Amino acid sequence: MMGDAAPVIEVTRLKKYFPLPRKYPGQNSLQVHAVDDVSFAIGRGETLSLVGESGCGKSTVGRAILGLIKPTAGEVRLDGMRIDHLSAGRLRPLRRRMQVVFQDPFSSLNPRLRVREILAEPIANYALARTRAEFSARIAALLEKVRLPADAAGRYPHEFSGGQRQRIGIARALATEPEVIICDEAVSALDVSVKAQIVNLLADLQDELGLSLLFITHDLAIVEHLTHRVAVMYLGRILELADRRTLFALPFHPYTQALLSAVPVPEPGARHRRMILKGDVPSPVNLPSGCRFHTRCPHVFARCRTEEPLLRKVEKAEGGTHYVACHLETRPGTAAA
Amino acid sequence: MSEISLPEEASVLPEILPPPAVHGRVVGLVLRHPGIAIGGALVGLMIFLALAAPWLGTVDPEALDPANMLIGVSAGHWFGTDMLGRDIYSRVLYGARVSLIVGFAVAALASAGGMGIGLVSGFVRPLDPVLMRIMDGVMAIPSILLAIALMALTQGSVGNVIIAITISQVPQVARLVRGMVLGLREQPFVEAAIAAGTRTPRLIWRHIVPNTLAPVIVQATYICASAMIIEAILDFIGAGTPPVVPSWGNIMAEGRALWQVKPFIVFFPAFFLSVTVLAVNLLGDGLRDALDPRGEARR
Repeated sequence: MMGDAAPVIEVTRLKKYFPLPRKYPGQNSLQVHAVDDVSFAIGRGETLSLVGESGCGKSTVGRAILGLIKPTAGEVRLDGMRIDHLSAGRLRPLRRRMQVVFQDPFSSLNPRLRVREILAEPIANYALARTRAEFSARIAALLEKVRLPADAAGRYPHEFSGGQRQRIGIARALATEPEVIICDEAVSALDVSVKAQIVNLLADLQDELGLSLLFITHDLAIVEHLTHRVAVMYLGRILELADRRTLFALPFHPYTQALLSAVPVPEPGARHRRMILKGDVPSPVNLPSGCRFHTRCPHVFARCRTEEPLLRKVEKAEGGTHYVACHLETRPGTAAA
Repeated sequence: MSEISLPEEASVLPEILPPPAVHGRVVGLVLRHPGIAIGGALVGLMIFLALAAPWLGTVDPEALDPANMLIGVSAGHWFGTDMLGRDIYSRVLYGARVSLIVGFAVAALASAGGMGIGLVSGFVRPLDPVLMRIMDGVMAIPSILLAIALMALTQGSVGNVIIAITISQVPQVARLVRGMVLGLREQPFVEAAIAAGTRTPRLIWRHIVPNTLAPVIVQATYICASAMIIEAILDFIGAGTPPVVPSWGNIMAEGRALWQVKPFIVFFPAFFLSVTVLAVNLLGDGLRDALDPRGEARR
């Protein structure tokens, strides 16, 4: 399932801290640790899902890959080329190869532009078409790819429903013929049935065009149908990274287990044990010592409070790769939960 | 890759929403936005009076006629004459030219200047604190006082009045535009455009400027109204256009001494000024409602 060749996107030890304004002169400067040492790679034609609750830094990872924000530390590589330190001018030719679909289908389209103009812009930016006829042909092809009627081109975004707008957003992302599309909560704002349509559309497009997808979401249920691998993020760090089947069948990290137990089961009367986490997510300004999940972990023990667990390979993983950042295996007197 | 199974009809897209039913163009506008209709009509009337002044039964507004001074409202002099025998009706109509030119010019120049400063401030972050502190400084001085001070530095002329009032009004637009630019830069459609390779000039021109226009247009109408008032005040206290120019402020200034015995000298220019300012403000309120998409949804 995974791309065999070199990864398209490679993120290495990415960090992004946002400084908070000082409340009084001389106050120690505080930082929001939005992304704190995250590494992963996306293979060609692969879908990687980045899952986590709101505020865990998953969108920041996406924005850092796209070059919309400069990372504090770490590297982003596109096809082996380091891109995180490039100037806007140097990055521009490379932007063509990675595009984005945003969550909100209302604010992600300029209300003053017709669909034709929205789609023509990326085509014009990279001179992918020259004559009027070429532009029209490309726009028609894009609309067809996302299954919108051809007469949509002459209309304004407000004339469309949420799902249709999201298709326009996907068409815009496809306009530069990218290799990677970052879907930042791309279906989270949609109704369930529309959500399924868009997910299927993305899956079809991936098969058709060999796209790599980074699917940023808080919705594990959607991920299960779409993804090859899943990375679970919590407070700016990846806690568990595994291929889909392993992660859904044998989640190792207590946080992943809790997330999975919260996924509704579409079966009336089905009983499942819900694992309810206590407390709130700690502030990303003052991170807890040791494991950042220890304040809410049901299996917490002494080592968790002092030593931050590193992301390491799980020994007994069958087949695919399975990485987890947890001390639980080493807990005295217990087998893994 | 597993597909989610869907009922067959769910994959059929619903028709695109039909465009909302539109009334007859003019009727619909009047019904939905009476402010625009009434204000627009009155402003249009004033523009007509100003442009067509020579053909509306006026005489030379500067012609002295000492034999006929201080005549009241009469058939020969509809608004009477002043203490030099000049026809007030003619002076008021020609005076509309001054007020309207000053109002529109200040609105246009202050909008353009404020737009430019606001865009620079929003996009060139290092310049932002500098520009905004200057704007704060200008805003800290009451606009009438600032205009008087600036006029004291130059000669009285319509052009200088326009420049002086414009300087005092630019910061309002600059602040407004800067705030909107900072908000718009965070909008997903702007980030998507950056990610799609749009260069900054085109980004500003296609994605930022069009989305700031509606509030700037509304602000411009309010600036137009206050510019006309400030212009009249400057003329009234003798700091504006030279007294020979027939402007509403000048006419009122000349009639001030005779206010208690010959009130019509002050009344007519004051009435025209009030109606014009009211009309422009009505137009502005109407435009604000019409251009606000949320207001549109509410009706």
